[in-house]
Amino acid sequence: MKRDLSLIAVFALLVACVPLATSSGVVLNFVMMVLYGALMAQAWNLLGGYGGQFSFGHALFFGTGAYVQAIAQMQWGLNPWPALALAMALSAGVGLFVGALSFRYGLKGSYFALVTLAFAEVFRVVALSVPFTGAGVGLMLPLREGAGNMQFGARTGFLWLALGLLVLSLVITAWLRHSRFGAWLQAVRDNEDAARALGIDPFRVKLGAIGLSGGLMGAAGAFYVQVFQYIDPAIAYGAHASVEALVAAIVGGMGTLWGPLLGAATLHLLADLTRNLFGNLPGINMIIYGCVLVLIVMFAPRGVGGVGRSVVAVWRAQKAKGASRD
Amino acid sequence: MLRLTGVSKSFGGLRAVQDVSLTLPQGQLCALIGPNGAGKTTLFALMSGFLVPDAGRVELQGEDITGQPPHRNARRGMTRTFQIVQPFAAQTVRENIAAGAHLHCADRAEALAQAEGVARRVGLAPQLDKPAGDLTVAGRKRLELARALATRPRLLLLDEVLAGLNPQEVGEMLPVVRGIADEGVTVLMIEHVMQAVMNLASHVWVLAQGQLIAEGAPQAITRDVRVIEAYLGHGTAQRLAGAGT
Repeated sequence: MKRDLSLIAVFALLVACVPLATSSGVVLNFVMMVLYGALMAQAWNLLGGYGGQFSFGHALFFGTGAYVQAIAQMQWGLNPWPALALAMALSAGVGLFVGALSFRYGLKGSYFALVTLAFAEVFRVVALSVPFTGAGVGLMLPLREGAGNMQFGARTGFLWLALGLLVLSLVITAWLRHSRFGAWLQAVRDNEDAARALGIDPFRVKLGAIGLSGGLMGAAGAFYVQVFQYIDPAIAYGAHASVEALVAAIVGGMGTLWGPLLGAATLHLLADLTRNLFGNLPGINMIIYGCVLVLIVMFAPRGVGGVGRSVVAVWRAQKAKGASRD
Repeated sequence: MLRLTGVSKSFGGLRAVQDVSLTLPQGQLCALIGPNGAGKTTLFALMSGFLVPDAGRVELQGEDITGQPPHRNARRGMTRTFQIVQPFAAQTVRENIAAGAHLHCADRAEALAQAEGVARRVGLAPQLDKPAGDLTVAGRKRLELARALATRPRLLLLDEVLAGLNPQEVGEMLPVVRGIADEGVTVLMIEHVMQAVMNLASHVWVLAQGQLIAEGAPQAITRDVRVIEAYLGHGTAQRLAGAGT
């Protein structure tokens, strides 16, 4: 636990200093997007990586967070900072609701994935038709620059905000790795029957995980609204957020602390590179995500982080062999 | 300790367990035997709450627990192991056992420390930091036992912890099971290894085709005509008796 926390602190310090080292908008924007992607991936990882419940519809929480953040400011006159807390709480609530329904009936594997996907779709259709979400037109957040309004003139402020949220998700994950709740969650992931025989209530454990996961994903949605100041049903509840969250987590390494960050960095790097090579083809990044996912699942099921660990292990074994020969 | 009254369970047309009544005495090591497909594992599932009986009552220390989910029963002090071992393969042996220890211990470090003590009791101490998926069959059986023990049960249901072990491994496992019972844990074991049943059990129930056909001390059971016929076929007892004279 201490080791995880100190690594997180070092990481946070290093990233927080990036804006001091460079003022290049391209770099800052890239770092911010990686942090934001890592936040989504970490949210997914809590439920999918540590809990073994693969959701295809994390956009459900993303969109809920985004809409709550926008509506709370525009219609209820809330300041964006408390609105962020509200967005997280309500997204967590949606998570608990969907979780209670699907886990109550023992949905697992692809059935759970389909249910989350279906819920995201339902929410998208609802958001398209009710007036308070602005329906198909979407909601445009009025420009009110200032840290008090969570609208920063430069990317730096948003970078720090994303970093803060990511660090929160990392700390929660670190706690999960060294607590009874986390041990229960991983036991349920690895073998639900064995877990039940040991006195673990799978329903409550999974419910806790989907609540945490939903809350963090909602924070990502709220962050999106603050940065881009616009949300519509396709962005909020479309496939993009769901796919980005799960692909980054799988590519980086599920069920690990740093995998989601690694995955998000890898994906954004690839997406930016191809954008430079092929120009701005619409949807090209989704095609890349798909290809990368296929490659990772086929050749490196433990993700980029897993490959890294294997390489280090082989390298150490070689070195040990060399040392023993000398 | 545990009392079943008229417990039955059917799967479609198959009557897996029919009208079974038995009372498990506190503090003893008893065994449940029977030919393949007799319904032993189903009966275990009915006791522990993994299956809900169609009829009948299950009582644990006087409390009606019929239809209670297994995790509640584990908190009441009844834990089971699985015939087909179910390790948390991605986790180390230590983490596996700690998952059981967490039932009574919220602190992670404390649970991991307890896991070490339990591992020593079942002879898994050298493998503590191995992934559970890397263990041999004998190791996995020990792990099943260790994980269940870590919950500090008062009643332990062991589903064929000796199956698949070679004679030497059986010999190593017997004292472990004996030791658990000697510490005051009531044990009910399903077992095919008769050497173990004869050595360990003070009382034996025999299940065949879903029904209890005999019970008693192990020596008496092996001479019981109905038991011999259930295992070896109709008329065998007579032929054996004829061959003996």
